[in-house]
Parts: sequence; structure tokens; C-alpha cells
Amino acid sequence: MAEEHYLELSENPVQFEHASSVNNVFFDEANKQVFAVRSGGATGVVVKGPDDKSSVAFRMDDKGEVKCIKFSIGNKILAVQRTSKSVDFINFIPDYPHTEFTQECKTKNASVLGFCWTSWNEIVFITDQGIEFYQVFPDKRSLKLLKSQSINVNWYQYCPETAVILLSTTVQGNVLQPFAFRNGTMTKMTKFEIELPVVPKPAKLTLSERDIAMATIYGQLYVMYLKHHSRTANSPGAEVVLYHLPREGACKKSHVLKLNTTGKFALNIVDNLIVVHHQSSQTSLIFDIRLKEPDCAVNTHQPVLPARSIHPYRIPLSGPAAVPTQPPVPCQLYSSSWSVFQPDIIISASEGYLWYLQVRLPPTVHLLQDKGKLMDFLLRRRDCKMVILSVCSQILDGQEKGSLPVVATVFDKLNQVYKEYLEAEQSYTAAMESGPSRGGGAQKRPVRTQAVIDQSDMYTHVLSAFTERKDVSHKFIIAVLMEYIRSLNQNQITVQHYLYELVIKTLVQNNLFYMLHQFLQYHVLSDSKPLACLLLSLESTYPPAHQLSLDMLKRLSTANDEIVEVLLSKQQVLGALRFIRSVGGHDNVSARKFLDAARQTGDQMLFYTVFRSFQQRNQRLRGNPSFNPGEHCEEHVAHFKQLFGEQALMKPSTV
Amino acid sequence: MASGAQDKQYTPSLLSFFIYNPTFGPREGEVRGGFQWRTSLWLLCKTLFWTKFLISNFSFQEEKKILFYHPSEIEKNEKIRNVGLCEAIVQFTRTFCPTKPAKSLHTQKNRQFFFEPEENFWIVMVVRNPMIEKPNKDGKPSTIEYQEEELLDTVYGAVVRQCYSMYKLFNGTFGRAMESGGVELLIQKLEKFFYRYLQTLHLQSCDLLDVFGGISFFPLDKMTYLKIQSFVNRVEESLSLIKYTAFLYNDQLIWSGLEQDDMRILYKYLTTSLFPRHSEPELAGRDSPLRPEVTGNLLHYGRFLTGPANLKDPEAKFRFPKIFVSAEDGYEELHLIVYKAMSAAACFMISANVELTREFCEQLDGLVGPQLTLLASDICEQFTINRRISGPEKEPQFKFIYFNHMNLAEKSTIHMRKTASVCLTSVHPDLMKILGDINCDFARVDEDEEIIVKAMTDYWVVGKKSDQRELYVILNQKNANLIEVNEEVKRLCATQFNNIFFLD
Repeated sequence: MAEEHYLELSENPVQFEHASSVNNVFFDEANKQVFAVRSGGATGVVVKGPDDKSSVAFRMDDKGEVKCIKFSIGNKILAVQRTSKSVDFINFIPDYPHTEFTQECKTKNASVLGFCWTSWNEIVFITDQGIEFYQVFPDKRSLKLLKSQSINVNWYQYCPETAVILLSTTVQGNVLQPFAFRNGTMTKMTKFEIELPVVPKPAKLTLSERDIAMATIYGQLYVMYLKHHSRTANSPGAEVVLYHLPREGACKKSHVLKLNTTGKFALNIVDNLIVVHHQSSQTSLIFDIRLKEPDCAVNTHQPVLPARSIHPYRIPLSGPAAVPTQPPVPCQLYSSSWSVFQPDIIISASEGYLWYLQVRLPPTVHLLQDKGKLMDFLLRRRDCKMVILSVCSQILDGQEKGSLPVVATVFDKLNQVYKEYLEAEQSYTAAMESGPSRGGGAQKRPVRTQAVIDQSDMYTHVLSAFTERKDVSHKFIIAVLMEYIRSLNQNQITVQHYLYELVIKTLVQNNLFYMLHQFLQYHVLSDSKPLACLLLSLESTYPPAHQLSLDMLKRLSTANDEIVEVLLSKQQVLGALRFIRSVGGHDNVSARKFLDAARQTGDQMLFYTVFRSFQQRNQRLRGNPSFNPGEHCEEHVAHFKQLFGEQALMKPSTV
Repeated sequence: MASGAQDKQYTPSLLSFFIYNPTFGPREGEVRGGFQWRTSLWLLCKTLFWTKFLISNFSFQEEKKILFYHPSEIEKNEKIRNVGLCEAIVQFTRTFCPTKPAKSLHTQKNRQFFFEPEENFWIVMVVRNPMIEKPNKDGKPSTIEYQEEELLDTVYGAVVRQCYSMYKLFNGTFGRAMESGGVELLIQKLEKFFYRYLQTLHLQSCDLLDVFGGISFFPLDKMTYLKIQSFVNRVEESLSLIKYTAFLYNDQLIWSGLEQDDMRILYKYLTTSLFPRHSEPELAGRDSPLRPEVTGNLLHYGRFLTGPANLKDPEAKFRFPKIFVSAEDGYEELHLIVYKAMSAAACFMISANVELTREFCEQLDGLVGPQLTLLASDICEQFTINRRISGPEKEPQFKFIYFNHMNLAEKSTIHMRKTASVCLTSVHPDLMKILGDINCDFARVDEDEEIIVKAMTDYWVVGKKSDQRELYVILNQKNANLIEVNEEVKRLCATQFNNIFFLD
């Protein structure tokens, strides 16, 4: 059976000392750091980040149980919450005093639920009675309140990417109030209400912190609400409801993801996909909110793929204790000790691992039968290029060979993305050329994502090998190439010469010259010098190629020299001469070349005519019929004299 | 020519058409075989005494040589005599040039054309020269003036060759009939085919275009062309029985999966025989009874031009004409399905070994009908756009015929739309004859050349040959001189043929 696990844990997890009675473990979503605090910090705090740079180890005094611990952005200042009233700060900036300083929350009788860093020196306290936004002055070891807002808070969530804090308010907890922070300012965004499946009576806190998550998907901030299945409502299973939270304007319920099952769930966002883990079945589902479902109401989504578990993971035994012969231990997936953080983090505190969840694209290829949908799905993924190319190869041969309409759909989808990129690139270049005077700085250079599959990718990875295949009918090969060219043309993309070469090669190999002729006749293979030369080379096997080539050179209108060469090589000296005269190149052309060719024909009259023609040219240009030494025609002058005598030479006209 | 008013003009007409094989008569080596061609030569010399004697002796043997004779009602002996005459001429002239036997024989009243398409099989067409009947006064019988020089060998030679090609398209070679059923079958086939075909020959309207036997291509932009490609490929993929496809629009070719020579004759058949026969229903009004049945199938306008007229008819027969095209190993026999939607026609060719069923036809109709309808309207739209871009076509000062030997592309602004019966030209036959003469001159040499003729009637006729292309222009410019005409033609080449390489 083909590999079906389309989710996996990162190969190199962040390892930390697992949680125990003496070791408390904290995770900071903003810096993605794990804090292992031993004995309140007295015996050491080990901070492990996603890379070595963000890993630190230090000691601090044990001043009571640590409730929350986070570095400001850039590891500048450490904030530790030990009581429900205050937060302590320690400078980590070199040359600054290291002694701790403390800030109590301003609101009387409020207890601090937690805090979030929004920059290297700005911090927000969230209390049960509101929020307080401070600026920290590490040199002065003090804080300044920038802004505060009182509001009853049940719990809060923080999205570090967008610096948005979401507060749960009201008794039921289902009215959510977001605040956005940026450069010392705090913006109150529009509040919104989550529709609860059942309204409890009497009212009590119903919306749990665990059922809400915030994440950016396709560059937009969403609040995800895990709506559990209720027995009273006639829904077949739980749903994830997405609320789109724009920077300005009202929050709107925008997508509903159908889970079709019930139980305990956890959410992750990986590569703009919403991953829903289901604990009891130990499987995960993925959703793509950009995939349109034809058979569903707008914005209701079914899982993209059937539910599968995360790829089995074995914990590598590392460190000095590791014995090479000892096999790695399988890790229990979907363990109840797992904590899931946004966007893509899974932490097993009991084992001391932090993994990033990753999507593996190759298995999706076999799970998603509809190739058009598969392409839509793949084109939005980060590391999609090779997978897409392999799908292309797959639909062209082998058991999963697609029909031409399928091939066409896939090509069209690829080229749509390719075209959008080219257009963006073009308008960027145009904007740059028009100069920065018109505020061109606003335009960013378009990013070339992996989804941009250009002609050279297709040629190298798919088409050139495909046309070599002996077990595929040439009919299908040509049809596929034409379909690709059609798709490029449809998207107004200039077709590269090597694709035409591939078409020609395939046609020639199968003796389909008449087909080639027709393609050229309708300019399906666009004119170019290389193509014209290729055609010339075919003349011996297919004589009409000569005419096709000349026509093409003529249309290019920049290939007059080539035309002359072709005609001369065919000993059509007079034709060449008349042609160069008709395009006005007669004055600059090399007389020697023509005389050589004329002499080669052995036709004396022809030689005479050509010779006299150039003498006349010389007369007209320089007032003298003789050739310049630089033209190297002495040999021909001698030959002319020998044939026709001295007196046949044109004499300089006397004025 | 005041008296000319009462002259009666007679256009060239077909006198007889016959096919024979001299080896089917008394063979060499048989007792009287040695006499064979000498006998005929005597005929030629009109030594009647001997002939009578010999014919009575040999008639039984001689008759065997004749495979087809039109008109059939001619008396047997005359048939034998005429065949013998041709045989004699061919043999006689062969002594002078063994590789190139005579192609035609000019006489005062008629002209005979000889063609040997397969070894020892000869097709002969006898055409009566055009003539003018001048009534005489005083009740004397009117005098007839034969115009011996009006007919062009190239034109009618081409007509004979076309006759054979057409026969071959539907029946395969003579040799094939011989192999499968002997002389009897061949005679039967020839009878069946030529009886009808000869009636469709319109010798009076044959001209240069018959010499070219070209194909008119439909001008089309790249994108629409690629869509058609895509359509053809998809149909061939889903209906894998289809071996070749040809696509036409407005009776002009867009795509041919067949080889050039096969397409050339098939194109001739489609445009001069099949399409004209079916064009009437489309032109007929909505409520006309001629209009094809479209009820029940409002999704598309597709219909079969060959095979079943109505798929719904429970009695419908799923028989299609069979054609023969060249294949790597000789010939292959194919069913010819011609399917049309609006102005777009697709020809699908399927190996004759396959029995075509109702299911297949329904499948084809269901698949091709809607797509072809859509494509037809796409092409039409694109065509109108292109025409609008290129500007309204002004009535040009000149008329031309263009032909490219390489792809058989022909274009004529001289000829009106071909109909089933006649091919109308917009210029005087005299001018057409000049074109034909120039063409003969071109055929003689390989080199590029240009011929400019001043016709009797103020017209200038220019013929140009560049590489494999020929262009004939008729200019109506009174008082123009040679230089001006030359300039005019240059201008024409620069505007009308700017995307091909034409030597000046």
C-alpha cells in the first residue's frame, strides 16, 4: 500500500527536560521557546528555542512558584509572573543592571491572568478586570503605563504574528473582544459574539478557552471555534467555525469545517491548512478554506483528504547514553499529555519534546483522485514543486494516466499561477522603470513561490522524459505537447523555443511531416531564428521545410542575412541579389560572398551579371566601379578579366 | 462581329470515356498476338479492308480488353475500334519515347487524353472541342467551326487523373479489385462508380484550379486553431476507434490527420460533392420541410452528413461510405463519418474492419455534437473579429489565384463559391486560358520566373513563380504600362502575401 500518512512530526524536535515535580515547563508562543524551570529557577532555567540562537540557560532566585515566564522579542527582557498581582522583570541586555524589578497591576483587586510581549519592550498585562499596556524601561528598571482598558475578562488568547489579544467577556464567555497592538498603540477592534450551540440556564461560562484558537491563514487572521456536537441540534458531528477578523471592520463568520465526528479535538495550522486532530480515533483531518466545494453550500468545507493518523514517530536516542544497536522507541501519538499550540506546534511536556507539525505532500497525490482538485490543493502548498511535477509525470504515463481533459485541466491550473507571477513580475519591472518618482517604492518585488512551475521546469522534469518514452503512443505525446502549448497560449505566455523543438522532434521521429507543416502554417509554432534553422536542417528529409524556413525568416524581418545565406547556398545568386536589393541592403552587402557563389555555379553569364551589378553599385556609391581593397575581390576581378577580357570591365565614368 | 449574334456557341463536352487493359485481350505469344498493335496501327491508318477482316476475327478477344466504356450504348465494334486506336497511338508514340507515352491526341473535332494510372490500365477521355455554329444563308446547312486550340492539355489531363483518384478513394486501386474478384468485380466497380461520377464532370468549367487540385485553408488565429487541435485530440482519445480526423470550416480545411495526397482528393469530394448536396437544408427556412430534424436535440446542431440521417429512427442504417487511403503497407480501408454542426465539419475515419453500431454513433453524437457546436460559434466569432480588425474588404483592383505546391494551399478571388453543379468564375474564359498557358510555361522549367501578358481586352495578366509557389494576377488597368503593372504586382505581394517569402 502506498504511504498514506500525510502529516508528520518534524524530524529534529526541540528537546527539553520533561516536566516533573521539580521541573516546571512553560511555552511561549511568541518566541516559540520552551522554558524548563527547575526549583523556581534556583537550580537553573533552560530555554530552548527553535534554533540555537534563541536557546539560553541561566539561573534566577527562587522567589516562589513561577506561573508564567516569557522573554521579550529578541530575548532582551525576561518577564516572570509569580503572583496574581505582579510581574517581575530581569534585564538580559548586556551592561544593564541585572537586578529584578517588579510591576504591580494598576487595577485594584484585579488578579493578573497573564501577560504578552508585543515588542522588545512593550508588554500587555491581562487581568480579570481588563488589560494594561506598558512600556518597559530596562535602564531605569521601571514601566510606564501606555494605555489600559477595563473590561471583565474570563480568559484570553494571543496571536503573536498579528499582535492581537482576544478577550473572552460576559458571563457565558462568548462575546470576544479583540485588541490590536502596534508601535506603542493599542486599538480596540470590533467585538463579536460566538453562537453557542446551547444556551445554558442559568447563564454560566460556557465558551472554553480550549475551544478557541487564533491563527493567520492565507495572510488573514481567523478566530477558530471548535463547536462541539450537541445532542439537541441535528448536526451529525462537530464543526470548526471560522470567524474572519479583519484589521478594520466587523468580524464575520466565514467558514464552517465539517468534522463529521464527535469527541476531543485539537487544532493546528500548517502551510495554511487547518489540521484537526481527533484524539479518540487518533487521526487528523485537513481543511483548505480556499478549496471550493462544488456540492456544498458556500464556505462549508469537507475534509480535503480522508482522515489519517500522523506518520509514526520514533524517538531517536541521542546523547552519550545512546547505544547504536538500540532501536528508537516508538512515540505514542495523540497522547493525552500532548499540548497543541498555534500555529503548528505540538508539545509533549511529559517526554520533553517540541515538534513542528508538517504536511507531507506525496501521500496526498494518491488520496485525492480528482486531479484538478489535487492541483488546486498542491499549488497552495509551500514545498509543492517536485510533487506537482511528479503528478504531471504521473498523469502522462503509468497506471494513473489521465485523459486529455484531465491533463488540460492540470496544465491550465499550473499556467494560471505561472501567468499571475509573470504579470506581477512585469508590472513590478514596469513600475521600477518608470522610476521611483511615482512612489514606486510601494511595490514589492513579487515572490516566486514553488507553485510557479515554468516551462523550463515542465520541460526538464516532465516533458522531455515523457517524449522519450517508447511505450506511449506518439499520438498521445503530441496531443499532450499541443495541450501544454494551448494552455500557455491561452494564458498569453510566450512559449519557449525548446518546447517547439520537442514538438518538432517528436513529429519528425514519427514521420509526421504533414502535421508539422500544418502547425507551422497556422503559426502554432511561433517564428524564431533557431526554429527556422531547425527547419532548414530538416530539408533533406522533408523538402518543404526549406520553404517554411524561408517564410519564417522573412516574417522575422531581422534575418535578411540568413535569407541571403540560404539562397546563396542553393545557388540562387540572382534571387539573393534581388532580395537584398528589395530590402535595401544592397549597399552594405559583401560583394565577395555573391561573387564566390556566382563563380561556384560555373555559369559564366551569371558571374558576369553579378559582377557588373556590383560594379554598378560601386559606381553609384563611390563614383568608381572598381572594388575597394577591403572587399577582397581581386581574385574575382582577375577571373572576370580572364573570362571576358579587360575591355569588359566597367570603366570609371568620366564626368 | 455583327453576324456573331446568331452564332451558336458550344462548350467542350465529354464524348467518351473508357478504361481498358491491353493485356486482357489476345496476349503476346498467342497465335495472333504479334498482330496486336500493328492491327491497331492499321486502324490508325484507316486501312479499312484489313480492319474489317481482323475485327471480325478478333472482336471476341478484343472486347475483353475493355473494362468500362461510356457512353455504353455505343456499338461494340466501334468501342473496340476506338480502344484499339488509343492503344495504337500509345504504342506507336512509345517507340519515340519509351518513358513518356503520349498524353493527348489533338484532332480537329476532339481531343483525347490518355492516362495509365496503374500498369497496363489505361483511362481515356475524349473531349469534343468547343465549337461555333454559324448559320448560313440560303438554307445551306450551317458551318461548324471547331476551336481546336481552346482546350488545355494540363487542365483535362488533370481531370482524368482526378477521375482515377476519386475512383481510388472509394474503391482502392484497380489491382485491388482484380485481386479480390477478378475482372468481373473490377468491371462491376468501374460501372457503378463512373456511371454516376461522369455525370458530375462539368468539363466546360474546368480550369487552372483543376490543374492545381489545391486545398483552400481557413484563415484562423493561433488560439482558435489550438482549441480545434485540442478538440480533435480529445475526441480521438475518447473514441479510440477513430484513426484519423479532418476538420473543416466553411468548406475550407483547418486540420487534416490524413496525408496530403489523400486529403487532397477527400477535400475535393467533400467540397464538390458531399457538402453542396447538404447545404440546401441549412439554407432552407426554419419551417421548411427540408430543414433537418432538430427536435429532441436542442443541445447542439450536430448531425451526420454520411451514415444515418436521423439517429432516433429505429430503422436507421449505420452504414458509412468507405474510403481508401495510403498506409505504410499499401492501402487501408476506412469508414468515412462526416459530422457537421453549423459551418464546422469534422470527418472521422475508422478502420473498415470495425462494424459501426448505433451505440457508437450515439456516443459520437453525444460527445462531438455539443463541442463542435461550441467550437463552430467560437470560430465564427473569431473570424468576424479578425475581419473587423483587418478592415472592411475593399473591392480590389485585381483578382488573383495563388497556389503553393508544398502544402497545396490555393486561394482564388476569381472563383465564386463552388456549387454542386458549376464552378463560376468572374473573369472571361479567355483570361482563364491565358492563366492556363502561363502555368504550362512555368511547368516547363524549374527556375523562378515571371510572365506578364497584355490581354486583348485591356487586361494585364501576370504570372509569378517563386520556389514552389505560383501567383496569377489579373489587373484591370487601362493604359497601364509594363512598369506600372510590375509595381502594382509588387504592391499586391507586399500587402496580401507579406508573411511568406516571395522573391521579387
